[in-house]
Amino acid sequence: MIDNPWSLVLVGVMALLTFSLGYVGSRRANTTPDFLVARRAVPATRNAAAISGEYLSAASFLGVAGLVLKDGIDALWYPIGFTAGYLAMMLFVAAPLRRSGAYTLPDFAEARLGPSNLRKFCTFFVICIGVLYLVPQLQSAGLTLNTITGLPPWLGGAAVTVIVVVNVLGGGMRAITLVQAFQYWGKLFAIAAPTFVLFSLFLVGPGNGAQPVDSSGVLRFPEKVEVTTVDPVRVRVAVPMELSATGLVDGYPTDGHVYWTPGLYEVGADTELRFEAGSPVPVVEGSPTSNHDWLRPQTGGLSGLFETYSLIFATFLGTMGLPHVLVRFYTNPDGRAARRTALHVLYLLGLFYVFPTVLGVISRQYLPQLLVTGKTDAAVLLLPTTMQPNLLGQVLGAVVAAGAFAAFLSTSSGLLVSVAGVVSTDILPGKVRDFRWATVLTGAVAIGLAFLLPRSDASLTVAMSFALAASTFCPLLLLGIWWRGLTWVGAMAGLVVGGGLVIGAQVVTVVSSYTGRWAPSVLSQPALVTVPVAFLTMVMISKLTARRRPDDVNQILLRLHAPDPLGFMRDRESRFGVEERSRAARGDDATSSPSGS
Amino acid sequence: MTKHSGPPGQPDQPQPAERDAWLSVAARKNRRRRVVLADPRGRGRVLRTIIELEEQTSVGEKLIRDLIRTQLRTGLALGGGTLLLLAALPLVFYLAPSVAEVELVGVRLPWLLLGLLPFPLCYGVGYAYRRLAERHEHDFVSSVDR
Repeated sequence: MIDNPWSLVLVGVMALLTFSLGYVGSRRANTTPDFLVARRAVPATRNAAAISGEYLSAASFLGVAGLVLKDGIDALWYPIGFTAGYLAMMLFVAAPLRRSGAYTLPDFAEARLGPSNLRKFCTFFVICIGVLYLVPQLQSAGLTLNTITGLPPWLGGAAVTVIVVVNVLGGGMRAITLVQAFQYWGKLFAIAAPTFVLFSLFLVGPGNGAQPVDSSGVLRFPEKVEVTTVDPVRVRVAVPMELSATGLVDGYPTDGHVYWTPGLYEVGADTELRFEAGSPVPVVEGSPTSNHDWLRPQTGGLSGLFETYSLIFATFLGTMGLPHVLVRFYTNPDGRAARRTALHVLYLLGLFYVFPTVLGVISRQYLPQLLVTGKTDAAVLLLPTTMQPNLLGQVLGAVVAAGAFAAFLSTSSGLLVSVAGVVSTDILPGKVRDFRWATVLTGAVAIGLAFLLPRSDASLTVAMSFALAASTFCPLLLLGIWWRGLTWVGAMAGLVVGGGLVIGAQVVTVVSSYTGRWAPSVLSQPALVTVPVAFLTMVMISKLTARRRPDDVNQILLRLHAPDPLGFMRDRESRFGVEERSRAARGDDATSSPSGS
Repeated sequence: MTKHSGPPGQPDQPQPAERDAWLSVAARKNRRRRVVLADPRGRGRVLRTIIELEEQTSVGEKLIRDLIRTQLRTGLALGGGTLLLLAALPLVFYLAPSVAEVELVGVRLPWLLLGLLPFPLCYGVGYAYRRLAERHEHDFVSSVDR
């Protein structure tokens, strides 16, 4: 553990800035629309920065570099997918969804397909995806605080939860827009500045780094290293090696010198492994052991190819179904602004994602010990002080830690607001007080799950929620916006089948990870199968139940697609408790249209 | 018939005159229009316009169907193109591993193709889509609101 007082100071400053910006923003947030949609008056560039700030989560800030360190070039599909998913969202969803005037996904489903039980299903999946996305954020916060200060991991998660809940309680959406716009630039600086410094040090300083790769492409430790495992890991050894271990190896208590032939070894929790300088690096199972495979794309054979395509499917199509991304679009004044905001976001994301990749590549040279435990999410945090064990390294490390904290804070705030918005309008009556209760409730559930569930890589867990979103809300949105034939029965069948398959696959994967990893890799990355199945189900069942098509489907599509100057857009503000429930308003419309003819 | 916007202050009242104005779009062509600043584009007007579009099914429907189709086609062409381009990469790397040996300015080609290229590509496609979509909407507005 690194004792870096600077980190704690900067993390504290970040938390304080978040608080005070939230306070400034919240002084003017009094009404329900203020809380939920920032009164729809956020300028496009600030909104874009806020969206990017919210979107760049722990998975982007820590996870991408960690996966590059571990899996090499194939991990680059994560940042590509996170960006291209945003493009898909801009092309097919942004403007029409904004014009629909709905605030949440369940709201959209009801506006498009009429009142039905579908709304409840949508609510269920929004909460699923939101909480699934929140858990790795809180767990990563624990890891960060643990890495920089040695404090117990639960404290970080709890700290982030408290800060976010208090901030959201204070001002809702209005407050966090300003906070998140600030946090995007904070994060960009926190990753760009260390990257520039470390990359130039990496290039100019030959004596600075070691040469850990020998001529045959085997990764070796540059210096004497001690690694202590936290959880049990399975490591693969490619070259015969010697080390000394204290603890459990392959189920037997071991203390002293060990000789490992190539193969798989199971190292128990709290085991200390000591490697000499120049010793080959055992690598956690599932990652390439040699630099040859790490450098080259698609060395995993057919199943690797399948996984890559599945990841492409999940991230490209899943982004549009993420509740905290969608909810941001309602803060745009109209459809055209929503489109422009999305374009600006693409630019901000592209700017950011270059840096974690570079950091991941550099950390391969300096932090091979993370490959033994597989906790590569810590790479970005540890790299500065490992490369520069002096004041410069400490300051850079502190900057990175503060940036990582900004990532947890902003993503968790966004998720909390969107999930709490759904909970308060759909399960509770929808007043400001209910929104506050919903916030506390959601935060409590998320932090509880974060303690209970086993920790895995942030990007992997996040990819799972992308798969769920891609198999449920992506078909609902795409078909709902562009196809007249969708019925609520078809949409519900698609949600149940797509969501059920993903959740089932995930349960099987978790069970198999405790009982000997027998599940095929298809199940851990199921989007390539589940997304087409969900689409097909929706289309087929909708065709079978064509008479349940809403009568006013033409008017609804007109509202979604008619250009903004014509003024067809109508906000469903009645949902926010300003007037009576929206169903009453819809009833008015239904009665007034015949009378107008 | 005489003016396009209802008097400010009572936006929710249906204005028969305004409805006629919408129906006879062609007749309105060369007339002067009173432009009221801060015209409340509230529910009333939206509701009326929807009713009107509902009534004159043939023209309004055709127009909006065409608009939706054009927008969808643009989106599919641009999105599908990007997807094909990016999704072809893993297959190329899988079938032709020698691509990985090519170096460009000291960096292996796949790292450049995956680490840098997709981001400007996505922005470029997004920019093109914004231009096209806004043009289609502009055309639609001018064809409706002559």
